[in-house]
Amino acid sequence: MIVIRTPGRLSVRLHPRVLAVGAVCLLLTVGVGVLAVGHGEYPMSPADVLRTLTGGGSAAEEFIVTQLRLPRLVTGLAVGTALGLAGAVFQALVRNPLGSPDVLGFTQGAATGALVVVAVGGSSAALAGSAALGGVVTGLLIYLIAWRRGVHGYRLVLVGIGMSAILTGVNGYLMTRVPLMSASRAMLWLTGSLDGRGWSDAVPLLVALVVLVPALLACAPALRMTELGDDAASGLGVSVHRMRMLLLAGAVLLVALSAAAAGPVPFVALTAPHLARRLTRAPGVTLLPAALIGALIIVVADQVALRALPGQLPVGVVTGVIGGGYLVWLLATERRAGRL
Amino acid sequence: MPRLGSCQVPTAFRTTLEFTLSVIESPPYETPTRSTAPPRHRRTALRASGLLMAALTLLTVAVLSMAVGAKQIPPGEVWHALTDRDAAEYAVVRELRLPRTLLGLLAGAALGVAGAAMQALTRNPLADPGLLGINAGAAAAIATATALFGLGGGTGQVWFALLGAAIVTVGVYAVGGGRAATPARLALAGAALNAALYSYVSAVMLLNAAGLERLRFWTVGSLASADTGTVLRVLPFIAVGLLVALAAARPLNALALGDDAAQALGARPAVARAGVILAITLLCGAATAACGPIVFVGLLVPHLVRALTGPDLRWLLPYCALLAPVLLLGSDVLGRVVGRPGELQVGLITAVVGGPLFLTLVLRTRTTRS
Repeated sequence: MIVIRTPGRLSVRLHPRVLAVGAVCLLLTVGVGVLAVGHGEYPMSPADVLRTLTGGGSAAEEFIVTQLRLPRLVTGLAVGTALGLAGAVFQALVRNPLGSPDVLGFTQGAATGALVVVAVGGSSAALAGSAALGGVVTGLLIYLIAWRRGVHGYRLVLVGIGMSAILTGVNGYLMTRVPLMSASRAMLWLTGSLDGRGWSDAVPLLVALVVLVPALLACAPALRMTELGDDAASGLGVSVHRMRMLLLAGAVLLVALSAAAAGPVPFVALTAPHLARRLTRAPGVTLLPAALIGALIIVVADQVALRALPGQLPVGVVTGVIGGGYLVWLLATERRAGRL
Repeated sequence: MPRLGSCQVPTAFRTTLEFTLSVIESPPYETPTRSTAPPRHRRTALRASGLLMAALTLLTVAVLSMAVGAKQIPPGEVWHALTDRDAAEYAVVRELRLPRTLLGLLAGAALGVAGAAMQALTRNPLADPGLLGINAGAAAAIATATALFGLGGGTGQVWFALLGAAIVTVGVYAVGGGRAATPARLALAGAALNAALYSYVSAVMLLNAAGLERLRFWTVGSLASADTGTVLRVLPFIAVGLLVALAAARPLNALALGDDAAQALGARPAVARAGVILAITLLCGAATAACGPIVFVGLLVPHLVRALTGPDLRWLLPYCALLAPVLLLGSDVLGRVVGRPGELQVGLITAVVGGPLFLTLVLRTRTTRS
């Protein structure tokens, strides 16, 4: 650990391992991203891709890269970053490795919002907006129900699980109310897919990221304090409940907007923070590495879905299956270690 | 009873010693029964008459379930419609509503008893076959079978559901059976498992349009597709499951005191646990195969019943077997009334009715303390 002290009273701690993991993740993401942009009906070499991106390609190449392939990549990156960050915040707030938006009902809320639009009939923009609204409303409801002179980890978890079970019933019902064609469209959306995403899908989430990432990262030191327990954190000058509310609001917004952009891609928010913690071996909360790893996971999973698997499978299938396997392994090891 | 601290004393000796100590320490002149509670035989009579009341309630709901629907039949004429071949409603009642009611009875009893047995086994008030992912395990197995082998109903579906339920039951017990697992942690592990299994089921449905068409109606949880064949297919599994669960009631009561005390009382903990796991698997697997994954029935009914009977499983389990179908069939009837001219699936009703009850339970009990 390196500590840098400025002549004033500021000091910054740097963990070389965290920096290294972050750098490697970033490099890998850029590398896979370049390969991803080069892949398709009109194959391009990495050199061509880089040349086009810097403005040196032909008009056709320019169109293919910036209008067709880059939006998909950027949407994936943004969704991964948002989910990784939100997952890390949730797990720190709930103080349990399993506290992720998939488990706590936010995803189901977004799905309900989307399914209502599918059932009533509406444009893709309406669907995305309704999904985001559903996620936010669910988050608000869970928070209000769990509130009792402040919100504590396990009550939040249990209320979330209850809401998630209720909404699963509602979603199943909505699925039976639509014709089969709409049902498969809804199913594709519910699985989480990046197919045919344009700039209009990515922009709202990118704006939210620009605002929320610095805000959440600024809360990280306070979040680390609460790991000592609410009382100790209060004693150290952290306004625990206000911080918790702000973090929760930010994380719910990120989850809701990423669901609007690509559907509820499962298990990224659960696995990314774990991998971050294991790889960096940093004590406590690791927000930024989790965000970077989330982006890497989605980009890689999308490439696996496109290249390695038959048919046009959405990215959510890959993250769902891999995430599910990881979860089983996690349950087994955490149980053995007595942390579950 | 006074505690003896942690010194190593042989179990039998310790039990004797504790008993002696309790006799010595108990104040003199106290009557053997506590003065507030009614005497034992009166309590038994009370509970037995309560059981009779529960049976009558169930009968009423069953008659309602045969009477209410797209074609209304006055409750007084249900018996006539059921037995008289020439009655105008004979076909409706005999071929649609009777199987549906019977399936509701079986599935309700199965889920209620499985929930109660599970709460006793894991000593966890939040245990429920739906919340812990056992029903989702059965669903995932059935989805796999439908996609891979084009399985369409039949006995094969029940076997696959049993396989899925068995795997998840053993897994959940391995995770949640220990003393370290608090209610909230177990519920969280179950919810995570649920999320994983449902994301798998949706992936299967996505790949297979025919599967989607069949499974989307099944995954809500519905009694609507019941026919005589379905009832007969699941009947043996649920009957065996119920018998095994009832037989395990006494050993489970003993296990509530801890393994040592249970052994001293003559119970065999390992055998009892294996029996209960077998019963839960049979009950949940068969119920899910027949009417889809249904949540909250197995959680709520034991909690409501416990207020009537107390924790004694010899009474709790029969009460659950009678009152859980009341909830399930009642929800089904409600779905038919509310959703007119069509109907709302029973899984939706139990989720919407049971969910708020679950939330009040969570907010009221102290289990939520971290």
